[in-house]
Amino acid sequence: MSDKKKITVSIMDGPFENARTVTALRLIDIAARRGYDITVFAYEGAVSLAFAKQTPHANAVHGRDAAEEDHPLPREWVASLIQTASANGGSLDWINCGLCVDERGMSEAVPGIRRGSPADLWKAADASDGTLTIGTR
Amino acid sequence: MAQYTFIASRDPFESRESEHTMSLAGDLRRSGHEVTVYLVQNAVFGARKSSASSGLAKLAREGVRILADSFSLKERGIDHLRLEAGIEPAELDLVVDHLAEGGRVIWH
Repeated sequence: MSDKKKITVSIMDGPFENARTVTALRLIDIAARRGYDITVFAYEGAVSLAFAKQTPHANAVHGRDAAEEDHPLPREWVASLIQTASANGGSLDWINCGLCVDERGMSEAVPGIRRGSPADLWKAADASDGTLTIGTR
Repeated sequence: MAQYTFIASRDPFESRESEHTMSLAGDLRRSGHEVTVYLVQNAVFGARKSSASSGLAKLAREGVRILADSFSLKERGIDHLRLEAGIEPAELDLVVDHLAEGGRVIWH
């Protein structure tokens, strides 16, 4: 194993549902800023995090249009994390579980996302310094 | 001696899962391992001096490092002066440190 640090994170929660998503993305952001090589294995609802058709919306209750609402979109966070890792000399290999994608019709993802299987998670974990699994409870 | 880091995310007033985390952390510490419990999200409610924090204080006295995510504390308006003795605020970077060092990091 080289000196460069490599970590793997697997996540299960879909977007807009649980604080676990924010914590997971915070962890990935820290590793990305350090220039680590990161593998993310997103399965079940988490394959929706990078769904390309997430759309900002207005908030009629608060009288704000879409621009004023500035609705946060996880797909933008994922794309940003990929850029951050690259800009710091590392990488973020984001793998969406292919079966989970097909079940949910989530095949349109932001650039940089690839399909994979649990075998990819096993390979990434085997090659990593550390692995964290954040399951839905 | 192995390094274990448990990440606890649930409010102890809402779920009894945290008791299992504490029990396992204590057992590992008594077996001679280096153990850290990192409280994040609503689990930091248990870091305040309260009926729920006595178990954490006991673990700290036994040598388990108990840390509370600074961001989660700030989100919930919990000042570090309100924390139970032996519990310290810490940045999430520590979890990434432990992952990169090959520690066993467990989201419990």
